[in-house]
Amino acid sequence: MEITLSVNGVERTSDVEPRRLLVHHLRDDLGLTGTNVGCDTSSCGACTVLLDGESVKSCTILAVQADGHEVTTIEGLAGAAGNGETGALHPVQEAFHAQHGLQCGFCTPGMVMAAVSLLDENPHPTEEDVRLGLEGNLCRCTGYQNIVRAVLAAAGEVRA
Amino acid sequence: MIPAPFDYQRASSVDEAIELLRQHGEDAKLLAGGHSLLPLMKLRLAQPSVLVDIGRIADLSYVSETPADGRVLRIGALTRHHDLATSELVREQVPLLAHVASRIGDPQVRHRGTIGGSVVHGDPASDLPAALLALRATLVVRGPAGERSIPADEFFTGFLETAIAPDEVLTEIRVPAVPGVGWAFEKFNRRAQDWAIVGVAAVMTDGAGGPGVGLVNMGPQPMRAAGVEEALRAGASLGEAAARADEGTDPPTDLNGSAEYRRHLARVLVRRALETASG
Repeated sequence: MEITLSVNGVERTSDVEPRRLLVHHLRDDLGLTGTNVGCDTSSCGACTVLLDGESVKSCTILAVQADGHEVTTIEGLAGAAGNGETGALHPVQEAFHAQHGLQCGFCTPGMVMAAVSLLDENPHPTEEDVRLGLEGNLCRCTGYQNIVRAVLAAAGEVRA
Repeated sequence: MIPAPFDYQRASSVDEAIELLRQHGEDAKLLAGGHSLLPLMKLRLAQPSVLVDIGRIADLSYVSETPADGRVLRIGALTRHHDLATSELVREQVPLLAHVASRIGDPQVRHRGTIGGSVVHGDPASDLPAALLALRATLVVRGPAGERSIPADEFFTGFLETAIAPDEVLTEIRVPAVPGVGWAFEKFNRRAQDWAIVGVAAVMTDGAGGPGVGLVNMGPQPMRAAGVEEALRAGASLGEAAARADEGTDPPTDLNGSAEYRRHLARVLVRRALETASG
């Protein structure tokens, strides 16, 4: 079936099998491998992308369901909300860097996308809001402390 | 994990969905947000040969009061958990429902999952069915023969089984408004985003039927705590009522706890819920 997605602002038309999952479409058909496959069971959030601006788990959406919609992956974030210069990191990416919000980095793309969606819905979160808002993303390394700190720091950045 | 192959059909209206279901019979499944169905398909526990995507029927996503009397909230079946949780109208008129929706899964799940999908899945471990039982909601379904209304009490008939026919579509959930009425939701789990080991939804209505108490994960299907409700109607204390929380239940034994543990947990959580709701 032919589908057209706006991926990181670029229209991408492909012929996909109906059972093709969005995450496989992004990674294997479109070559956007920043989005990771972790648990494959809608639990870990490593595959989180934005669908029309909201966080979703791309392992639990068929590519055909995203037909006609806007998808933003981690690759589309840099330059999107920063100072407009190509390659400028998004404030959330900057904050993860500055606050050391990662160790192995596997969960990071999903974690960043979930944080972007969280801050979009709640620009002034409390620490509790951040913890609850990242409930759908698992990290095996950090113990979450620096991730939470990064999101709170990004909130300050977004505010300023 | 990849689902087995299927034919994909898009319905642009409820009537078209019903027609597609009629054509394809029991081999077809409706796809809304997909957050109950797709995980099952990836595990190949479900292998429908036809998926009818109703996710693009825009006019099934709404929350509105009944024009004739503002006492019943009408919720479109495709309303997402996120929309339910953040709807001012729901938070004001049926705060229990908005709160329960805000506790389902995680934000990503709530951005996709729909109230209708959760209800027709009929999972005893889901939160919304227990809340809809407590609130004495009515489910409106439409099929080739027209529309019918099914009380929540008659809707859940067994493990993942409901009263909806294979060629019917759930279109609307009608929930009596209970502004200002005490309520509580207790969801007990040990890890973030898990299903409840046991959950309790309570609302202290004093109208017909009295207080409503729904139970999560206490049997093969979503159920109400009938003994608790009966005790409360008869004027028993909250403690006496809560002691009957596991009456008529048939809780499962799994890695999270034995049936006996769940029975105990239900009594504790019902007591907490009743105290909060009466506080």
